[in-house]
Amino acid sequence: MTYRLGVDVGGTFTDFLLFHEANGQTWRGKTPSTPHDPSIAVVEGTKQICEAAGISPSDIHVFLHGTTVATNAVLEGKGGVVGLIVTEGYRHIMQVARSYVPGGLAAWIIWPKPTPMALLENTVEIRGRIDAQGQEVRPLDEANIRAELAKLKARGVHALTICLMNSYLNGTHEKRVGEIAVEVFGTQMPISLSHEILPEMYEYERTLTTVANSAMRPVVGKYVRNLKTELSKMGMHGHVSLLRSDGGLMSAQAAELKPVNLLMSGPAGGVAGAIFVARNAGFKNILTLDVGGTSTDVALIEHGEPRLQRTTEVAHLSVRASSLDVRTVGAGGGSIAHVPELTKALRVGPQSAGAMPGPACYGRGGSEATVSDANLVLGYLPEVLLGGRMKLDKAAAIAAVQKIADAMGVDLMEAARGIIDIVNENMFGALRMISVQQGYDPREFALMGFGGAGSLHSNAVAKLMGSWPVIVPISPGVLCAAGDATTRSRAETARSFSKRRSQTSDAEVYRTLSEMADQAKSALETDGIPQGEISLKFEIDVRYYGQGFEVPMPVVLADFKSGGIQKLASAFDEEHRRLFTFNMETEHELVNLRCVALGKALELPTAPIAQGNGDPSAARVADHKMWVDGGWQDGAIYDRAKLRAGDQLTGPAIITEMDSTALVLPGCVAKVDKLGNILINPA
Amino acid sequence: MPATILETKPRPFIPTPVDPVSLDIIENALRNARVEMDATLFRTALSPGIREQGDAFPMIADPKGRMVVGQFGSFLQGFLTRYDGEIEEGDVILLNDPYSCDGAISHTSDQLVIMPIHHDGRLVAWGAMFGHMTDVGGKVPGSLPTDASSIFEEGMRLPPVKLYRKGVLQEDILRIATHQSRMPEWYRADLIAIVAACRVAARRLIEMCERFGDDQVNSAMNHLLDRNRRAMQFLIGQAIGEEPVFFEDYICDDGKGAGPFKIKCSMWREGDRVILDFEGTDPQSDSSINFYLNENMFKMFFGIYMIMVFDPQILFNDGFYDLVDVRIPEGSLLKPKFPAALSCRTHALGRIFDVLGALLGQKQPDFLCAAGFSSSPHLMYSGFHPDGEWFQLFQIGFGGIPGRFLGDGADGHSLWPGFTNVPNEFLERYFPLRIEKYECAIDSGGAGLNRGGNGINMVYHFLENGTISIHDDRWFVPPWGVNGGQPGARSWKRLVKANGQNIPLGSKMDRVIVEKGDELHYVTWGGGGWGDALERDPELVGLEVRGGLISVDGARAYGVICDHEGSVDQAATHQLRQTLKSKRRPLQVFEFGPGLDQLRVSCLADTGLPAPVQPVWRARNRDKIAAQ
Repeated sequence: MTYRLGVDVGGTFTDFLLFHEANGQTWRGKTPSTPHDPSIAVVEGTKQICEAAGISPSDIHVFLHGTTVATNAVLEGKGGVVGLIVTEGYRHIMQVARSYVPGGLAAWIIWPKPTPMALLENTVEIRGRIDAQGQEVRPLDEANIRAELAKLKARGVHALTICLMNSYLNGTHEKRVGEIAVEVFGTQMPISLSHEILPEMYEYERTLTTVANSAMRPVVGKYVRNLKTELSKMGMHGHVSLLRSDGGLMSAQAAELKPVNLLMSGPAGGVAGAIFVARNAGFKNILTLDVGGTSTDVALIEHGEPRLQRTTEVAHLSVRASSLDVRTVGAGGGSIAHVPELTKALRVGPQSAGAMPGPACYGRGGSEATVSDANLVLGYLPEVLLGGRMKLDKAAAIAAVQKIADAMGVDLMEAARGIIDIVNENMFGALRMISVQQGYDPREFALMGFGGAGSLHSNAVAKLMGSWPVIVPISPGVLCAAGDATTRSRAETARSFSKRRSQTSDAEVYRTLSEMADQAKSALETDGIPQGEISLKFEIDVRYYGQGFEVPMPVVLADFKSGGIQKLASAFDEEHRRLFTFNMETEHELVNLRCVALGKALELPTAPIAQGNGDPSAARVADHKMWVDGGWQDGAIYDRAKLRAGDQLTGPAIITEMDSTALVLPGCVAKVDKLGNILINPA
Repeated sequence: MPATILETKPRPFIPTPVDPVSLDIIENALRNARVEMDATLFRTALSPGIREQGDAFPMIADPKGRMVVGQFGSFLQGFLTRYDGEIEEGDVILLNDPYSCDGAISHTSDQLVIMPIHHDGRLVAWGAMFGHMTDVGGKVPGSLPTDASSIFEEGMRLPPVKLYRKGVLQEDILRIATHQSRMPEWYRADLIAIVAACRVAARRLIEMCERFGDDQVNSAMNHLLDRNRRAMQFLIGQAIGEEPVFFEDYICDDGKGAGPFKIKCSMWREGDRVILDFEGTDPQSDSSINFYLNENMFKMFFGIYMIMVFDPQILFNDGFYDLVDVRIPEGSLLKPKFPAALSCRTHALGRIFDVLGALLGQKQPDFLCAAGFSSSPHLMYSGFHPDGEWFQLFQIGFGGIPGRFLGDGADGHSLWPGFTNVPNEFLERYFPLRIEKYECAIDSGGAGLNRGGNGINMVYHFLENGTISIHDDRWFVPPWGVNGGQPGARSWKRLVKANGQNIPLGSKMDRVIVEKGDELHYVTWGGGGWGDALERDPELVGLEVRGGLISVDGARAYGVICDHEGSVDQAATHQLRQTLKSKRRPLQVFEFGPGLDQLRVSCLADTGLPAPVQPVWRARNRDKIAAQ
């Protein structure tokens, strides 16, 4: 008997999804998160779900985990104190950064000056230099290195970053400094070498990425070790994997060394879950809309594959680590509406009422109008949530929205409608960024909303996008845990190449990619993946020589036995035309090579739900009035748990379940598929 | 004669009511369109100046040519009044002659692309963008000859021409323009990228027209313009007095040994209109430091400075232009007469921001920022790789952000929106040089309660023979401090030859020959300080000593005594601060430093360079001087 357990730690709840690998049977669980030590909720929930399934923790052979522990370390500034070792002449590399001041003209007047992640007082310079061809210009001076490291030791740093100029071409200096650092600090000191974390050109980005890695190592290391100890105490000795920002899995050991790859672990779980649901429901092209309390995450999935990007962004931190291309806008259920006196414009967000005090309708002392308040005023949210455990305060919501109405000089319903229109528009804007602006036609995609409020907005956003159907997935509340449980292992090797077409050959590319393939494979084998289950994917970043941005192009290794570069160049031209409407005569440059090794894809089935007769009336729990198209209309509230496969209902309607509410607009029809997903289409 | 706009189905726009929500939605869609223009350009352009540093500016305007989204105000008014041709759907206009568009672009390096956007047979909007090309020909690599005495020495000069005619690329025009550049491949790619960015604007505008209707979109643009006007009207009434205030600042020299050149501006309010008068500004220069300042552009700068603190989310536009009256004397440094050279206008362009900030802050000194928005320093380095291939670097540097009411100025950051530095590993990979030092220029930020940002100390080690050009300023007149804050340090440049010879270089030079092994020390100015330095937390000063931002000696400007590790001697610090306070003169709102006369006297000793001599105006300006 083998089971997989997916666990996703969210801000409010920790979600669990247990799979029986043989027959696809699943169990779902939810326990309140324990932010001070997230592993407590993980252990507690694991016990509960094992009891529910009647199994012992020892039956779980794979434990798959999405975590925001790295993300929170960044957001809350709780990472370790990093000592930074740089090349002579570069001690202010983090202070000067890219010299960029965000915002428009004169924004420098109001821009808060940031504090670098590795403090200046913990940054030291060492002698020695590698040039841009990877040759040594000046040797290291070991006495100098030891003296500088001694300074850092006296400062009591928790982790070290070594980032030297041009190390992406030649890492021998960094390696040697690392060896000396082990002598000085001992083997327990987490040391990150920039050419290992990010072997790419651009010294600031490489430094920042490695420093971020260093800052997270103490925190993530401690968390992972605790978790493994606790799990093994309860008898769970299976393999522990963590979800990477790029949607793949990595072993706990790998996560300890490169936690920078965990920064977007949380959102990646949602995307992985959406892929799982979509695949079973028969959809390959999906836009995802994950609406939380303070923000909304969106992603694009084409042919069952999410788009990847080469950077990971968390708050003000932007590091070079692969992540799913998930865009975030500051628009969620708790986003606050306001009307600046000067311009009388209606603005929604980015400020959020958060969990405390929360929206006015939560009755916890909030008095500012939020998106949830507007949804309640309009009748899109029922007054009772969480299966009766939470009653919303409609009077408070009305009072809050009325303040906005007064400031704008319009009536209550118009203000409420305005708030929703604007927040929908913000979500629309985010979805456009990942679709239209990347050359994708949103009409070729279905839209899947999840998270607490995703399905409240997905129907309206789909109308703007022309993306049909709207998919209300089964158990949207544990979608991330489903993603954790169903994605596969992944290891990536990357190498800076930077050669023009005339400077390289098919043979050279073939040889380099083959070497990288061996590295990536051995990384997975170390993680216990049998060689026979490993598949490989290759990617080359290409640009016209001189451009500043590359386009990642998928390639096949065998092509480089002959004619591979020619084929790559043509494919790039086509992609460039699709993205930017033109091509250039300029020579192509192969910038970075990447190899991704993947574990076996799981073919987990999902069990169908009971078949109904098409009539949803058994699930209709109440009549309900909703404000749509400028007036009140009669609609109904349905209980999702009572809907059967094949049931069909027409809007306006709301469909409630434990932790989520779906809105069906007038002129739309919602149909339940055989697995329990609800598909909404224009009537 | 104004431009003739041809439409296949001309009809007036019918004003329609726009509900507040649709208005905000259209506002956001316009904002997004602009962001997308930038993204397209940066991803496809070739020159480091545009793709790494972001020296390009997009704009979308209503059918009348009024900017509804952008940064530098509308580029269109001068062009529309001066262009004597017809404009049809599918046309794309290219120009780079500042005199043909009333200075909407201010030197020939900036190529301006203008695209009319038609929907259903009528003009609904304009998309436009300009970008700084690495080279447009002329007498020096980089096309910014300091010693030019007329615009004819500054490379190609294109009047408005049709790059596309009814949607068809005019290959000959592109071929001619590209041919003028020392970097033809970059020129061509950057230009095509700008056109692609404008096409993005066109696509988005057409989508909006299809979603909301042309009339609705047009009415929304009018509302957005009007919204700005109302907001600005309110602010002008609040922040600007009827009593004139004035401020003057300087460009240090003209690159030919004369200087400094004064920029003077007075400001006052008459009713709900504000007047900005540059009377008293020095006459135009014989060299290329003249800045053909477009009145509307200056209105835009003024407006943005006014509103930045109040609703930063606002989409800023042209709507308030009739509330501002900008007066610039003909023949002055800021309105030179054709064919005055213009290429090195960057110093004056930067300096007017210092002047503007000083004018607006005089009524509320707490919100005043110090000086430092002084110019954007450039370096050009060109020559041949060993394989005979030509290389040409154009790099923009940065200095210190001024001390602000909000806090310290950032070290080595950009005051220009969207600009970033070029990574040194990139420079080393693609150009024959090594960057041996890239750090903050210690002690260069003006001391203050809020410290001015430090400039950058960058050391280039050249690996091939070649020539360099330098464009910088603030080497003679320091960036002033405010509210008792001290001036920032001035910029300086040195060439250290392989044989050890140490040569001070001027801040504006062309054709400096460098040899393999030479090192150029390129040090930019610091931002002025804000507030009393003796009130700054001594521990913070100590930390900055440890971090290499302030030296042990430099800490004394803050009245702080500490060691090299930044450990503060509290008692000695207290005593020094008492002594300094008792001896000093009362704190001034503006701290200018020693003054021009003293600066001249000590110039050679301080900088290794002779002091600039008082400019002598050419004959055609003498009448003006006499009249003063």
